[in-house]
Amino acid sequence: MADVRLLQGNEAVVEGAMLGGLTFFAGYPITPSTEVAEGLARKLPKVGGKFIQMEDEIASMAAIIGAACTGAKTMTATSGPGFSLMQENIGYAYIAEVPCVIVNVQRGGPSTGLPTKVAQADTMQARWGTHGDYVAIALAPQSVEETIMLTIRAMNLSEEYRTPVILLMDEVLGHMREKVVMPEPGTFKVVNRTKPTVPANWYKHFEITPSFKSPMASFGDGYRFHVTGLTHNEEGFPTSESKKIHDKLFKLQNKIMRYVDDICEIETDGMEDAHVAVVAYGNVARAAKQAIQMARHRRMKVGQVRPITIWPTHDKKYHEIFSSKSLEVIIVAELNQGQYVTEIERVAPKHVKVVSLARFDSELITPDQILNKIKEVR
Amino acid sequence: MLQKSDVIHQYLRPKKAFPNVWCPGCGIGIVMGSLVRAIDKLQIARDDITLVSGIGCSSRLPVYLDFNTLHTTHGRALAFATGVKLAKPKMKVIVITGDGDCLAIGGNHFIHAARRNIDITTILINNMIYGMTGGQFSPTTPSESFATTSPYGNKENQFDIPKLAIAAGASYVARGTVYHVTQLDELITEAITKRGFSVVEAFSNCHTYYGRLNRAGDAVKMIDDMKKNVIPLKAAAKMPPEKLEGKMLTGVFADVEKDEYCDRYDQLIESLKGK
Repeated sequence: MADVRLLQGNEAVVEGAMLGGLTFFAGYPITPSTEVAEGLARKLPKVGGKFIQMEDEIASMAAIIGAACTGAKTMTATSGPGFSLMQENIGYAYIAEVPCVIVNVQRGGPSTGLPTKVAQADTMQARWGTHGDYVAIALAPQSVEETIMLTIRAMNLSEEYRTPVILLMDEVLGHMREKVVMPEPGTFKVVNRTKPTVPANWYKHFEITPSFKSPMASFGDGYRFHVTGLTHNEEGFPTSESKKIHDKLFKLQNKIMRYVDDICEIETDGMEDAHVAVVAYGNVARAAKQAIQMARHRRMKVGQVRPITIWPTHDKKYHEIFSSKSLEVIIVAELNQGQYVTEIERVAPKHVKVVSLARFDSELITPDQILNKIKEVR
Repeated sequence: MLQKSDVIHQYLRPKKAFPNVWCPGCGIGIVMGSLVRAIDKLQIARDDITLVSGIGCSSRLPVYLDFNTLHTTHGRALAFATGVKLAKPKMKVIVITGDGDCLAIGGNHFIHAARRNIDITTILINNMIYGMTGGQFSPTTPSESFATTSPYGNKENQFDIPKLAIAAGASYVARGTVYHVTQLDELITEAITKRGFSVVEAFSNCHTYYGRLNRAGDAVKMIDDMKKNVIPLKAAAKMPPEKLEGKMLTGVFADVEKDEYCDRYDQLIESLKGK
C-alpha cells in the first residue's frame, strides 16, 4: 500500500530531509518557514540527529557549516530577512566547499515586507546574494510532493558537489496542504560525500583534480586539515599567489558549471511548434500550465518551460528549447518585479521577444492573467 | 625533560603555514605557546581537537597548529564551534578569538554560547584594539584611550569580560596575561578540562597600534607593565578598594558545576529511543 499523506510544503521539507539522511539542523524562527524547524526539532533527536535553535540566522548558517565539517548532513530553513543575514556565511560554505542546504520559504519584501504573503522576490538574491564571484545552485519546487523529492535532491547535489544548495520555496507552497504519495525507500537516490582514501600526509582538503571534484574528510578522521574563508591553496592555507587564486576560483566555478547537464532540470511541454512560450517556476508554473491548456483549447500554440533548477542557468539547453523557428514571444511569469526575465532575455534568441508578467501585490498569478498575457502578445 | 619550546615545535605546521602574520613582540604567540603546553600536558589526541577562530590577528592562530582547524567569518567562531561540538560531542572544541571579534561583532554568539553552557573553551585574547584593520577602538578599549577611530579619546565604556561571561552563564571564567605565562598555562589547562562553557581572557599587548597611539611603549614595556598593573584575585580580596583602582585582577573568577548542553541533548536522544 502506498503511503499517502496530506502535507503542507514545509512538512514536506521535513519529510524529504529525513529521507535524504539529514543529521543536523540549525535554524532561527521566521515566518513562513518555521514549521520546517518545528518538524525537525521533533524528528531529528528520535533518530540520533541534532536540532539546535540558534540566536540568529547568521549563527544558524555558521552552525550547519561547522557541523558539516564533522561529517554531518546539514540544513537550515529561513525566509527573506534571515536569508539576507545568511549570505556572508553562504559565501563561506562556497569557498570552503562545505555541503549544506538552505531552504528559503520566500515572503514579500523588501525588508520585513509581508511575512505571511507569497513572493518569488529572492530569485536574484539566491544567485547573487553573497559577495564575490559565486555560482549558486537553487531548486524551485512547484508542489508539495515535488518538495519532498527536491529536498532530497538539494541534499544530494550539495554532497556531490561540496557546495551550498538553496531550495527556493514560497509562502503558499510552504503552507499549502496537498495529497502526497510518499516515495518508497530505495526508489530514490541518496548521495553521501566521497571520503578520502589516501594517507593523511597525502591528503589535500581542496585538491584540484581534473574533474574538479575532490573527496572530503571530516574533522576527527585523522586528516587534520585547515578550513578558511580566505582564498587558499589546495591544502587550505591562505595564499596571495595569483596563479593559485585563479586556480581556486576557476575550480569553484567549473566544479558546478561543468556539470550543468546533471544539475539543471528544465521541464518543457509543447515547445516544438509553439508561437508563445511561458516560462514559470515554483508554484506559478501551475497557473502557467492551466493557462496553456486554456490557450490550446482556443487553438493557440503555446508551450511551457519550467525551470526546476533555477540556478545555475544551462545556457545550451535553453538555446535548444528556444530554437524552434515558430517561436515568437516568451512570457516570463513570476511573483516579483521581473527578475528571472532578465536571465531568460540573456539566453533567448535575438529575434524572439521576451516579455515579463510580473505580479508583486502579494497575490498569486492566476491562469487568467497568464492567458490574457498570451492573447495580448500573440 | 623537554624544553618548553620543543613542545611547541611538535605541534606546529612549520612547512605549510609560516611565516606568521604577527608583529614582532606580539603577545598572541605567547598565548599560542600556553595553549600548546596545556594540550600537551593533558595529552589529548590531536585528532580530537578542533580549533575554531573568527577574523583578526588572534584568529590567525589556528592555522599554525597541527589540529583540525576552522578559520571562519568575523565574529562567528562560536556559532561555527557550536555546530562542530553539537555534531561531534567527543571533539574538544577550542575557540580562539579577540576582543573585537568576540565582543563586538560576535557579542551575541558569546553570550548565547555561555547561556547554553556548551562545552567549548574560549580563549579571548584581549589587546584592547583592532590590530589587523589598523588600530580602531574595540569594546575593551579603555575610556579616553586613543585609537584611529577615537582620535580625540574613546567616549565609550568597556565590557568587563569576566563579569559578562559569568552573567551569561559560563561555567569557568578566568583572566591571565601574556606576562604571567605559567599562570596562563594553568588557566587554559583548567578551562579545557572543564565540562561546560569556559572562558579565559588572555590579556595581551598591541604595541603596534594601542601602544603607539597611547604612548604605552614598545612590546617589552607593555608586557612589563602587566607585571606592575596586575593583582591576583586572592591578594585583591584582602586589599582596600582604593588600592585596586586602575589595577587588573587575574585568576579564576568562576568555576561552577552545571549541566552541559551536549550532555543534555544526548540524554534527550537516549530518552527518545524506542518511542
